[in-house]
Amino acid sequence: MQQIVNFIIRNKSFLFFLLLLSVSVGLTIQSHSYHKSKFINSANSVTGGVYNLSNSVSSYFNLKEENDKLHEENARLRAILNNQPSTTNTYIDTTTFGAKYKFTTGKIIKNSYSLQNNYLTINKGRRDSVKQDLGVISSKGIIGIIDNTNSKYATVISVLNTTNKISGQLKKTNHFGTLSWNGKSPRFIQLTDIQKNAKLTKGDTIITSGRSAIFPKGILVGQIEGYKLDFTKNYYEIEVKLFNDMTNLEHITIIENKDKKLIDNLLKTNE
Amino acid sequence: MNNLISIHTVRFIFLILLQVLLFSKINFLGYINPYIYILFIVLYPVKNNRISFMFVSFLLGLIIDVFMDSGGINATAALVTAFIRPAVLKFSFGAVYEHQALKFSNIDFGQKLIYITILTIIHHFTYFLFEIFNISKIIFVLQNTLFSSLFTITLCILIMTIFSTKSK
Repeated sequence: MQQIVNFIIRNKSFLFFLLLLSVSVGLTIQSHSYHKSKFINSANSVTGGVYNLSNSVSSYFNLKEENDKLHEENARLRAILNNQPSTTNTYIDTTTFGAKYKFTTGKIIKNSYSLQNNYLTINKGRRDSVKQDLGVISSKGIIGIIDNTNSKYATVISVLNTTNKISGQLKKTNHFGTLSWNGKSPRFIQLTDIQKNAKLTKGDTIITSGRSAIFPKGILVGQIEGYKLDFTKNYYEIEVKLFNDMTNLEHITIIENKDKKLIDNLLKTNE
Repeated sequence: MNNLISIHTVRFIFLILLQVLLFSKINFLGYINPYIYILFIVLYPVKNNRISFMFVSFLLGLIIDVFMDSGGINATAALVTAFIRPAVLKFSFGAVYEHQALKFSNIDFGQKLIYITILTIIHHFTYFLFEIFNISKIIFVLQNTLFSSLFTITLCILIMTIFSTKSK
């Protein structure tokens, strides 16, 4: 007993180091799995407040570009309003789906794209009925999925996060696959699991498939930059160039699928 | 003594804000960021209680983690750096450190550079190892470590020179 106590006293700093190390490594491992970083996230009032304050200053620097983007989007929406889409379109236009999807606008107060697992922080929280697993898009395409929320802020798992998996498809055909990120360039993400018999061309548009209840079908993702067969020789691995410049984002739209609960319940009964 | 504690508290808060509001947003060439908060670990008094030093470093890393949504990566890296620091001090300053007469304000530049370089590389290597978390991408880890280290070391030396309290 005496020896054990002596050992502990002699090596107390090393043991303390091991204790803290196990805590921090535990947190790190947790952060590498999807939806697990419950405690260490920037959706709390202190960090949210600091980022909000800094954003209220820095947002002035981008006013011009943001205005241009809004003009562009306005023009696009006006075009849609004036030319009602024909019903033979292969994609489902969300503007005609007023009842099923609810749109909330918000602002990014912290952007991140240089890490392996990037999270954004936005200035909308539970108070604005933002919940976990809602989709986040900008005027040009997808951004990510809501992760943690508090009353005023929320964190978003960016598409530039190696743990994030989103269902995507080709716009011209219905071949679908999984969008994920290999952690290399913030301008490209990867679309895998597309069947070999799909006809691909460089420049084809990739959209969300609407197979998960998070994003509606037809949200823009990017265009094909290059493709090759994976090691099984059955599926394509496609390099997708994002329409969004993930390094320059400000205004976002949060999409809530009102039928998500019903769909999830249905899926649960199938399991 | 009180004065010393308050200097380190101010430095602690100031470095965190500087890191999260400015230096984590630089993204030079897309992904290279300096991690200047290790200046706190570099400049912590040599005569210290080792346990409290490790705890404060851990806390520093954890607060950065909360801001950057990075789990426990910064906490791990800061903790490892703090744990190894006595050995690095011994290596870079030798006898001066052994006699407990070390003051950061009156040592020559070469020794200081070696000391900061070793600490920075240890910190960055741990950081990127845990951030990328994939041993098959070890080249990517080393590449990131090298570039970010150069950036951090330059900035740390600059900041230390600008804010040095050496009286003429």
